[in-house]
Amino acid sequence: MAFFLEVLVTGLLVGIMYSLVALGFALIFKASDVFNMAQGDMSLLAGLALVGFLELNFPLWLALLCTIAIMTILAYGTVFIILKPLVARPPIMLFMATFGLAYMIQGLGQSIWGTQAKGLNLGIPDIPFTIGGLFLNTFDLTFGGVAGILVFILVWFFHKTRTGRALRAVSDDHEAALSVGIPLLKAWVVTWVIAGIVAVVAGIAWGTRMGVQFSISYIALKALPVLIIGGLDSIMGVIIAGLVVGAGENLAEVFIGPYVGGGIQTFFPYLIALLVLYFKPYGLFGKEIIERV
Amino acid sequence: MFYRECGNYKDSYASDMAIFPIPLDRYGFIIMMILAFLVIPFTASDYWLSNIMIPFYCFGLSAIGLNLLAGYAGQISLGHAAFMAVGAYASLILYGRYGIPLIPSILGGGLISSAVGTIFGLPSLRIKGFYLAIATLASQFIIQWIIVHWHWLSGAVFGTVETPDMQIFGFLINTPVKKYFLALGWVVLLAIVAKNLVRGQLGRNWQAIRDVDYAAEIIGVNLYKDKLIAFAVSTFYAGISGSLITFCYYGAANIEEFHVMVSFALLGMIIIGGLGTILGSFFGAGFFVLLPIGINQGLGNFMAVVPSEILSNLEAIIFGGLIVLFLIVEPYGMARLWHTIKDKMRLWPFPY
Repeated sequence: MAFFLEVLVTGLLVGIMYSLVALGFALIFKASDVFNMAQGDMSLLAGLALVGFLELNFPLWLALLCTIAIMTILAYGTVFIILKPLVARPPIMLFMATFGLAYMIQGLGQSIWGTQAKGLNLGIPDIPFTIGGLFLNTFDLTFGGVAGILVFILVWFFHKTRTGRALRAVSDDHEAALSVGIPLLKAWVVTWVIAGIVAVVAGIAWGTRMGVQFSISYIALKALPVLIIGGLDSIMGVIIAGLVVGAGENLAEVFIGPYVGGGIQTFFPYLIALLVLYFKPYGLFGKEIIERV
Repeated sequence: MFYRECGNYKDSYASDMAIFPIPLDRYGFIIMMILAFLVIPFTASDYWLSNIMIPFYCFGLSAIGLNLLAGYAGQISLGHAAFMAVGAYASLILYGRYGIPLIPSILGGGLISSAVGTIFGLPSLRIKGFYLAIATLASQFIIQWIIVHWHWLSGAVFGTVETPDMQIFGFLINTPVKKYFLALGWVVLLAIVAKNLVRGQLGRNWQAIRDVDYAAEIIGVNLYKDKLIAFAVSTFYAGISGSLITFCYYGAANIEEFHVMVSFALLGMIIIGGLGTILGSFFGAGFFVLLPIGINQGLGNFMAVVPSEILSNLEAIIFGGLIVLFLIVEPYGMARLWHTIKDKMRLWPFPY
């Protein structure tokens, strides 16, 4: 039983790390109806930039600030160069545009900061300890906490602030939002900057855990099932789905894996996603789209 | 001036339904075929044949498959490379292990891939849009895992199967020229089939589903059936192309060659080439195959040896940049550019 609990808790903590990446997707989808394939690469870029600045012997706060500045520039660039000409095109086109963006970020980031894997150490303590027989470590708990706070702030932001409400209006209907005087492009820039900051957090989390390297952008592929289980536009859903996926894949790997040869956590989240979508085609908390003729 | 139909003289159904109603197009097509069958194989170097033309044909075929699904039926698949892998392994096992002749083996690879694809197409009956696009990624990871872990399939630890010597009725296919013909034959045949599929009832149903699915259902399109057929046909093409690329290009089936990045690249190809066009699939594939070589040549003027790192980064930047550029400037890709040129030529030298 203790072993089961331990596997479960480890899974939950990894799940929160997935949620961090999935959060960026959900944010942008919520605010602009754009499914941003580049989110994983944004995390990669953030990680690379942060390590790059730290290597220049910048103090941590300055390096973070510079990284966020880069994400802001990226947000402006994306909105004004790529998204602006595509306003009012079908969502599928915007999706494919972000797909091109992903390639560009990948190429640019790696040509500036190189393709070697780099370690990232922010001095977050990684001390294992036990509570009631459970092995945990402070590092995982730190990021669990960070993710929780981030989600809390974002939910508050979207529901209680003026800007947040404007963003939700934009996501409901671009044209209606424009007609009541919400500056569309500004709203998008705000969203992309927030998504950029989330990408920085995700980049730090995964960069510390597995080194800053190309495969960070593959984490996005693990975050996608999280996203669709939670519902594309639900911030709360992402966290819950992250927990479900993290726990599910870890339990499956430990308890089913040995019978089938292991490595099943690469696809298990997708199986969960397929199962959930069978019963709820718009995810657990996603907005259901009702089509009328 | 020369490129036009001079009035509407169509007096039979055959001429009304011609793929190339304008004579010059017809001659152009014939010239292309002569080039492909008679000129290129005997003039191009072995390097060109085996490293450029064969992958171009194979990726073109795969892009056609994805285009049928994404461009015509509107169901995005992000796991198409996995179906290429299914085709590759299936045909290798049929040919190498069970001694089934080459052509039926390749066909079998396609059919098995098609069966698997239909299963993975089942979620499309219930979910759609981005939810579906992500759900198709499941096929990529599940198939990849199965191939790596089911040792009966791969026969080896890392999932690599060497291709045996290829023979058709005792005729050994071993030189680049012969492999080229093998690939070309399949590609021409299947491209013509695809072109006719999309002109017919099925293709029109697909396009109706793509445009507005519930409207299509109202006018009597059987959504479920046609979506599944789209998955089946599309993954059939992917399977054939996977087995061709393994037999003629890689020389061994290796799961790394069918990575998820290949799936994404295929999607990039059909965007650049033109969604919803058969011709565009070839444009996109050609672009994808030639791009790294072009960059290499271009940079070669400035430095003696181009580091592979710079090459792959530049490749990614240009590929991504062009995807974006095409979406903004010409959402229907290179194929539409080609059409614009043709429309201009019809009226030339008059402005309209």
